[in-house]
Amino acid sequence: MALLELRDIKKGYRSPEGDFQPVLDVPSLDLDARAQVALAGTSGSGKTTLLNVIAGLLRPDSGQVRFDGVVINALSEAARDAWRAQNLGYVFQSFHLLGGYTALENVVLGMTFGPGPDRAFARELLEKLELGHRLNHRPSQLSIGQQQRVALARALANRPRVVLADEPTGNLDPRHALEALGLLRGLCSDVGAALLVVSHDTRVLDEFEARFDLSQLNRAATGYVAPGQTPQGATR
Amino acid sequence: MSRIGVLFMIVLRSLRQHALSSVITIMSAALASGLVMSVFTVADQSKAAFTGGDIGYDAVLGAKGSELQLVLNTVFHLETSPGNIPWSLYQAVKVDKRVRYAIPYALGDNLYGYRIVGTTDEIHTVFEYQSGQKYELAGGQWFAQDRMEAVFGSVVAEELGLRVGDTFQPYHGLQFAPGSAPHEEQYLITGVMRPTNTPADRAIWIPIEGIFRMGGHKLAGGTQEVTADMAETPDEWKEVSAVMLKFKSPAAGLFMKDEVRRGSVATLAWPIADVMAKFFAKMGWVTKVLTLIAYLVVVVAGFSLLASIYNTMNERRKEIAVLRALGAKRRTIFSVIVAEASTIALLGSLLGYVVYFAVLLVAASVIRAQTGVVLDVTAVHPALYLTPPAMVLVGALSGLLPAFKAYSTDVAGTLARV
Repeated sequence: MALLELRDIKKGYRSPEGDFQPVLDVPSLDLDARAQVALAGTSGSGKTTLLNVIAGLLRPDSGQVRFDGVVINALSEAARDAWRAQNLGYVFQSFHLLGGYTALENVVLGMTFGPGPDRAFARELLEKLELGHRLNHRPSQLSIGQQQRVALARALANRPRVVLADEPTGNLDPRHALEALGLLRGLCSDVGAALLVVSHDTRVLDEFEARFDLSQLNRAATGYVAPGQTPQGATR
Repeated sequence: MSRIGVLFMIVLRSLRQHALSSVITIMSAALASGLVMSVFTVADQSKAAFTGGDIGYDAVLGAKGSELQLVLNTVFHLETSPGNIPWSLYQAVKVDKRVRYAIPYALGDNLYGYRIVGTTDEIHTVFEYQSGQKYELAGGQWFAQDRMEAVFGSVVAEELGLRVGDTFQPYHGLQFAPGSAPHEEQYLITGVMRPTNTPADRAIWIPIEGIFRMGGHKLAGGTQEVTADMAETPDEWKEVSAVMLKFKSPAAGLFMKDEVRRGSVATLAWPIADVMAKFFAKMGWVTKVLTLIAYLVVVVAGFSLLASIYNTMNERRKEIAVLRALGAKRRTIFSVIVAEASTIALLGSLLGYVVYFAVLLVAASVIRAQTGVVLDVTAVHPALYLTPPAMVLVGALSGLLPAFKAYSTDVAGTLARV
């Protein structure tokens, strides 16, 4: 059994005109424990919606998101929040660091709602990312690369079992992008987390052995062509 | 750091991030709670100061009229005199077996608005303004009954800057009329009283004979005037404004009041505390209005708290969405906002004690300057410990609406937009 299993996920929106707009139609997607998988997705492929569905921030209209055998989308919202706080790390394209807090506090916030605050571990993570001298700096006082590393530390702060990364390198220059990706993958291996990266950057995608094309995986994606294909590298 | 510690950090950080509006809201909460506490305390303490406490007299005998006017005029040295009563009445009560002491007051002159009270030596030999406490001099000596000498209350001496050995000329009337010519008599200040924290501090004490002999004072119902060559004022000419009475037993007042009422010339104000209590009961609406205003200020503070937090909700939506993405539950976010509103109210009501003391000190000094009555600023009214929790409750209630807005933040949508 895979750590994370998506089955027949459908999700759509009602447009202001009242039409139904399908966004996701994913028959199947599995992620093994400790696996590191890349999803190729351009804008309009439903990538952010997919990640939000996995994270329990959105509920699919139908289908199942199973984590360790538990159907996440059947849980109450509060239970999903608790599950996310305990098991999931999320890296956003625009980092979403909180401006009023120091680097260390941002990382501490990443663990507060799950395992509980552990400043020593937060410091250790930041030191590992060579931010030991920036613990008490606010995001605005850090470079983009440093901000990204704080965001990585925050995503790993609760020692998650799965990390979702939405264009994690989208705001970085190419050299920093690959460096950050390396750090993310290293951290995930260290804590034993599975990693699912969504990106449209081929240099990022090329780093992964296992990768899917979301436009093929998601039948509701614009540009969807062939139904029923098994994407390269997917585990079944 | 515990989880609660982190939540508290979130509260403090968001107070700091919106520092200006936080400070303004804290100030408005401080004004509101300070106002509530001081309205209750000042109302309570001024009533206590005017009605309670030992004032040394049980009753005031004066001309037919209002008991309240009589009490205000003699005990508090306020208001006007309702008129005079004949010396014979004073002599009658003085020898009454039920009376411990009877001290005559003759009023009618002032020095720059401070009352001149003509009285006898008993004011310092017999009268006790508090149990066991007689008027004492800070310097000099008491007036001699047959000289134009005066003893100043401590406030009068301080305010007018006059000292023992200085002289002054009294002005006619209980109120000072600027531009009016003083009496020709020159009085010598022989003593200044120690502060008593009573209205006596605002009075000038002279021998009663001095009032009788003051130029232009008509006696015997306004028909006779004592001239300088007369060695003594005839008793049948003499008049007093009031006789201050202390009884041997409380029951005496009841009987005497009845007797005086049957006569047609005089009124006995007794018991003095009751007279003042009735006055305060009549003035109760003032307190009610002030209390209502104070409550309204609390409501306004609550609304401004609501508005200030609500207004920051748009800029905080991202922060809330991120916290939710990190696993914070809706109700945690809700609690953080309510806690923030409550914290503002709490800080406000703590600062409210500063407002309270400021208002109280100003009120106490105004009341003291106007009446000589001293408020007990250390008295603890229940409002002092009930207002802060009530204010925190108001804060929490004001936080509900913004908290609900925070509670309903669309996490996925917000994260996608920003």
